[in-house]
Order: sequence, then structure tokens, then C-alpha cells
Amino acid sequence: MRLFDPSGWALRLERRPRASRIMRIVSSPLAALAMLITGFLVLGALGKDPLTAFKVFFIEPVSSLYGLGELLLKATPLMLCALGIAPGYRANVWNIGAEGQFTVGAITGGGVGLFYGAFLAHWALPAMLIAAVLGGMAWAAIPAFLRTRFRTSEIFVSLMLVYIAQLLLSYLVHGPWRDPAGQNFPQSPPFADNALVPALFAGARVNLGFVFALLLAGLSWWFGAKTAAGYRLRVGGSAPAAAAYAGISERANIWLAMMIGGGAAGLAGICEVAGPIGLLQPVISPGYGYAAIIVAFLGRLHPFGIVLASLLMSALYLGGESAQLELQLPSSVSGLFQGALLFFLLAAELFINFRLRRVRSSRTRVPAPTAA
Amino acid sequence: MGKLGRQSEAMNAAPGARGAGQLASPGGAAPRLILQGISKRYGDVIANEGVDLSVAAGEIHALLGENGAGKSTLMKIVYGVTEPDAGSIEWEGAAVTIRSPAQARRLGIGMVFQHFALFETLTVAENISLALDERVAAAQLAARIRSVSERYGLPIDPQRLVHSMSVGERQRVEIVRCLLQSPRLLIMDEPTSVLTPQAVRELFATLRRLAEEGLSILYISHKLDEIRELCDVATVLRNGRVSGTAIPRQESNASLARLMVGTELKECHLEPHEAGATQLELIALTLATEDPFGTALRDLNLRVRSGEIVGIAGVSGNGQRELQAAISGETLCSERGMVRLCGQQVGQLNPAQRRRLGFGFVPEERLGRGAVPGMDLADNCVLTGTGAGLVRHGLVQRDAARAFARATIAEFSVVCESEQARADSLSGGNLQKFIVGREIRLLPKVLLVAQPTWGVDVGSSLQIRQALIDLRQAGVAVLVISEELDELFAICDRLAVMAAGRLSVAVPSAQLAGETIGQWMTGGFEAAAAARVEHAAV
Repeated sequence: MRLFDPSGWALRLERRPRASRIMRIVSSPLAALAMLITGFLVLGALGKDPLTAFKVFFIEPVSSLYGLGELLLKATPLMLCALGIAPGYRANVWNIGAEGQFTVGAITGGGVGLFYGAFLAHWALPAMLIAAVLGGMAWAAIPAFLRTRFRTSEIFVSLMLVYIAQLLLSYLVHGPWRDPAGQNFPQSPPFADNALVPALFAGARVNLGFVFALLLAGLSWWFGAKTAAGYRLRVGGSAPAAAAYAGISERANIWLAMMIGGGAAGLAGICEVAGPIGLLQPVISPGYGYAAIIVAFLGRLHPFGIVLASLLMSALYLGGESAQLELQLPSSVSGLFQGALLFFLLAAELFINFRLRRVRSSRTRVPAPTAA
Repeated sequence: MGKLGRQSEAMNAAPGARGAGQLASPGGAAPRLILQGISKRYGDVIANEGVDLSVAAGEIHALLGENGAGKSTLMKIVYGVTEPDAGSIEWEGAAVTIRSPAQARRLGIGMVFQHFALFETLTVAENISLALDERVAAAQLAARIRSVSERYGLPIDPQRLVHSMSVGERQRVEIVRCLLQSPRLLIMDEPTSVLTPQAVRELFATLRRLAEEGLSILYISHKLDEIRELCDVATVLRNGRVSGTAIPRQESNASLARLMVGTELKECHLEPHEAGATQLELIALTLATEDPFGTALRDLNLRVRSGEIVGIAGVSGNGQRELQAAISGETLCSERGMVRLCGQQVGQLNPAQRRRLGFGFVPEERLGRGAVPGMDLADNCVLTGTGAGLVRHGLVQRDAARAFARATIAEFSVVCESEQARADSLSGGNLQKFIVGREIRLLPKVLLVAQPTWGVDVGSSLQIRQALIDLRQAGVAVLVISEELDELFAICDRLAVMAAGRLSVAVPSAQLAGETIGQWMTGGFEAAAAARVEHAAV
């Protein structure tokens, strides 16, 4: 591939003899930096002072204990969902429906809390967590079954199931699960105290879910690096023919990857509704399940990278909210930052295996600009 | 050149051996290509040092050397893929710097690579169209492909999708692609490794015709017979330096091999050996294929006993791929009894289950099937080494895997950085040695090996063949699927031939002539089998 350069030189994109180790490490930070610069250019174009904007966006939200708690709180569902889908992405299993599995986890876990909370007493929370994990898994089982049985694409099926899950939640809170004392608002009764995920410390809303997320990160690293099942996922993703040769079951890989993703997303869902939200309502996520896809890639599918990436993504959510309030910017500004981040990430990724080289174009044919 | 003394026989056989290239150039015309003092290093590794080479117009010039001798680097320099650190290139009398393959092609240099750069999801015509520097209308291109492929005895259908083609068929695409560009120098990297003896003869006739028309050919190969038959001059590389030049027709295989390896090679031979119980058996193996370009297997019967090597000859694309998958378990059979392994019916067991019964397999594709390209050698041992203690309690035993890989590297003299080198950093021959070594060290009772020495140099080939013979002595049942008849005759107790999805009876190799096999390869064995049945009935 050759790009035109008017100086008589040409830029050529060529494959590196071996993948660049430096680029592998710096590609994600580089993408984050490019995203920041672009973001502030856009803010500047909108007439906002970049320095003030930076302060509003990244400093103010985390300048209090409460703010730090919010950072971890929002990072929790991102981290859980991203840790869940990453092993699948390494194995060529593309679960992009974490948002739906998140929602179903909230429904099944929340249902247990609402209807059996009193009966289960202090076993309510563990039962809810288990129900949420199973619910997420069940939702992820649909694309897994359809792919292994009929070779349908798990990408489309898992994505479409997001809308079904959201409509299911909407139906429940508008209908059978609606709080009789809720003045006709489409929401369930609030969870009782024994059915709430406890906060980690007073004065902030971050809850036990964050600890689950960190534990999952450690577990996920161990799973990928040490276990035979993790090895089989990696082989299945990077060399399907070698996996077949070794007798690694593609079907088992798909099921395992989908169950990990569904379970983790379901857990994220219950930690959200039985945490900061406190009840079931039609909308329970600002798109955590989708943002988790960006987080997973930003963290280069590595558990510890995902921990850092989810903190950054959480900061973007917080900054976006704060910018809405203080700078009167539209709420889509968060989306703009997320989109720019993914874009630069994919671009930076290219330079791990490729490099740009300037070559003199006199000896090689470059289409000359046709003069008028 | 410290070993010159030992090469004296070779040198005497080729009077004035050094500079033979110039001597051979006809009529004193300027050589088409002259390389002088070409050097190239990769870090501490010397790929080429002070290499001189001269190719005359219309000359077929062999470049001979072991894996890692620097042949590929030298050819990459000529083709503009790599730039040399030092030295000069003269093309048709003018000094040139070749910066890119595109420039090389414009100069009139074409190259057929050993590893094919083809897009699997595109057709032959689309692939060739992408590789051409000029734009050609699709219909016209298809017609040109047909005419070139027919003229040079390389039948290919321009509309076929590449992913369904065998290695042999893909190579034909590459050769045709080059010939379409009417080059004046053609570089061929091991072009005959996947052709039938008849097709090799046809290709040689083609190459000779091309050479008569004035095309110069640089012919990289390790097949000494072929080089002696085809080439006018040979330049031999060893450890990156020219170890000698010779006129191959005046040399013996032994003298050429000595130039190449630097030491005497011992031939492997089969000791008479009593075979034991049947370990691998195919009974009326019949398998439909889902792939529209695949080959259905029809009624295959074969027995391999412990302590014998059975070979299956035939041109690739005649069902070998499907047969390998059926034996390995990558494709399951419709009935359990169609494949028996160590006395058990395994037709519906998966590859891992069959491996547990003592099955080992070296597939034809090394990278991507026999090994995971992006994983290191230690992790690649885990691929099939689950039963050898590399996985315990569901955990990968990394230390054990590293030790296993180190031992394999040492035992089979695999050239690599360490056991932590990625599989795709190894040369084809070294990766093959590693995979063969890995499978052998897993102590199989039955070993299936496909194309054991494809693209592997003489020294390593001998080592791999000897390893297979050692397995036979140790009582392993070995089944070899290969396109190289010389190899099959050298190591097999019995030989069968595969054609159009059918398998001939296996006959003791000593009772089989090369010509008969040639006929059988085109399906002639069915008539022979019918005749034999009649004979037996009488």
C-alpha cells in the first residue's frame, strides 16, 4: 500500500519482520492520548476552553472520596463484562451481547431478591448472585446452542438478544413486577436491605461488585495462563486447524467462552440493580455491555489491561456527565470520546505488525497528480 | 574453505570447478545476472557472505544447499525483497539496486516461492490478477491462464477457489502466475517437490524449452538427481558462503551432497525385519465429502502392522487429505469399524481420544495445523502432549513442556533460538523436524506421517527417514503418505497407491517398479486388481 506524498517521496505501509514489542505496549496509551487530543480539539471548536474542559472532564469528578467511589462503581460492570468476553475473543467466539446477558442477570437475580428475599433472609444476596450468573449464562446459551447446532453467527444472535432482554425487562416492570405502591411508575419495589450488594465503605456507592471484578481479573489471568482449558481457547482462536488436529473441541470452546461471558455479565447486572439503582427499571445500563467491547480491546484482552482500561472508560462516563452539567455539552460527548478511543485503538493496533516507511518514489511508479 | 581436501573428488570431477559459471556461459555473451561479494547479516547470524554468482542467458543454474545455508536470503536479494549489506548486482550488463519485487518484475525477474502467497477465498484467476502488475480483463486473463497452463503441462482451472486446492495444485498456480509475466530470469524454489514423476518430466521439458528460448532459470532444490538431470551449472552454498561450483552432469549424488553438507552422508537402509500384529486397519473406509472440490473416499482397505512402514504414493488432491483426516479423527466416519487402531474400533472417536490409544500424526501443513504459529515451541508441545504429563489436573505444566521441547530440539537438532522461539520463526525444515520429533517422543504405537520431508534439506531428510526406520525397528506401525517416490522406495516395506479417492492393494516395495506406480497413480491399479482376483480364482 502506498500513500501519495507531494514531496516526491511516498509513504509505504509494510509488514514488520516481527511484531513490534514497543508498539504492543504503547499502542493502548497512544490511542488514549490521541483520543484526548481529538476530544479537546472538538471541545475547543465548540468554544470551550480546553483547560477548563480538561478539569471538568477528568479532575473534578474524582477530586472527592465520593467521586473516586463513583469511578470504581462505574468501572465495575465494565470490568466484569470485559473480563467475561475477552477469553471468547481470544478464541474467535464473538459474544457482543454482554448488554443483554447483563439485563437478564439483573432480571433473574432481581426476581429472586424481590420474591424470595424475605424468605431467604441473609441467604438472599448469595442466592441472587447465583441466580444472576445462571441467568446471564442461560441468555448466552442461546447463541452458543444456535452456533454449535446450526452454525449461526453468535455475533448477530447475541446482539439481537440484547433487544429481547431489554423488552423483557420493560414488560416486567411495566406489568407483573410493577410496584403497586409506585404511583404507576414503571419500576419494581425497591430491594430490601438483605437483598442489596453492600457498599465497600461509607460515603461512597462503590460496592462488593468491585471486589468481585478484581477477583475475576486474577482468576481470569490464572485461567488463561495456567489452565488447559484456557490453552485450548487460545489454540482454537489462533489456529483452528491446529485445534482440530489436536482434538480440541470447537463446540466445547464455544460453550465455555459463552458461559464465561454470560456469567460475568449477569453478575455485573445484579451488582448494578441491587447496588446503586436499588430496584428494577426499564433502563438499567448506559451501554456498559457495549462499552465493555472497547474496554476488552483497549486492555488488549489481557485481564490486567482490562482493569486499567475499565478505569479509563469509567472516567470517560463520569467526565461526560460532569461536562453535561457544567459545560452544557450534549450527553453524546461521552459517546464521541468512546468512539474516538476505539478508532485510534484499531489504528494503533495496525502499527504492531506494520510500519510506515518513506521511500523515494522516483524509481517506483506513483500516480502523478494530474495537472489541470 | 578448510574442507577443500575432502572435496577433492568433487573438484576433480569438475575441472576448474570454481568459476564454472563463467565457463558455461555460451559464446562469451555478457551474463544475464552477476552477483559479486553479496553479504547479508541478521543480527549475529550470517545469512550470506561474499557470495559470487553468475547466470548466463538461457542457462539453468542450480543453487544447492542445506536449510539455512543462505539460499533463500540470496534469492530474496535478487528478487528485491531484502537489500544486501554489501556487494553488487549486475543485470544484463548494468549495475542495479533492486528495491522491491515490483521493480524486480519490471526488470524481468520472476519468482516461484516455496511458501505460497495466495488468498484462500479467491479464485485462481482472481489471485493471479492481484499479483499481476498490469490490469487484465477477467475473461482474457482466464484464457491466458488456460493457455499457459496447458502449454506447460500444469493443468489448473482459473475459476476454482484456492482454499479447496491441495498444496500441489497451489504450486501450479504460482508457477503459472510467474510464466504469465514472461520473465527473462525465473527463480524457482523447490518446484518439483509436489509433482508426479511424469509431471516432473513434463516440467523439465517445459523448463528446457524455456531455456532454449533464452530464459535463465535459477533452480533451488535439494533433489540431487533432478539437478544432475536438468541443470547446466550448480553453485553450492554452505553456511552462507559458496562452497563450490560444479557441472552437475559430471558429478555423482554423493559428490554433490559432500559439497553441500561438508561431510560424508550415510544412506539409510531397511534391515529385514519381521512385522508384528496389525495396529492400524482400514476396512471398507468410505467417506463422502462436503467440500465441492474434495475427494470422496471409496472402499479403502489397508493394514499396517507393528514394525513395518507402509507408504501411500500418489499425487496430492486424490484423497490424501481426506484419508489423513479420517485416520486422525478430524473427520469422523459413518461407522465405528471403518478405522481400527490397536484392535479397537475408533471410527467415531475424536483425535484426542485416538491419541490416547497410541496414535501419533505429523500432518502435511506444519504451520497452522501441526503447530500454532504464534505460540512458542514449548506451548506447541502441549498441543499433542497432554498424555505425556504436559497437562496435569487441568493445568498446563509449563516447566515440563519446556523440558520436553528442549529435549526434542536437542535430539532432532532443530535450529532455533530456544524452546521459547515462536513456531513461525523456524524455517520449514526445522519446524518439520520439531513436529516429527515431538510426535516420535510421545511414543506412539501407530504413527501417520504426511509428506515427511517436503521442502526439507538432504541432511534433515535423512535424519527424519532414519528416525522413522528406528521407530519401525522399535515395533511401531508407521504409515507414510508422500508424493516423493524415491523416499517411499527408500523407507517402505510395502507400498500402496492412491488415485481418485481409491487405494490400491499394498505390495512389497521390492516387487514394484516405478513405472507401475506411475500407471497406478492414474487409476490403473483397478484393472490390475481385477486381473489379480481372476488369477487367484483360477
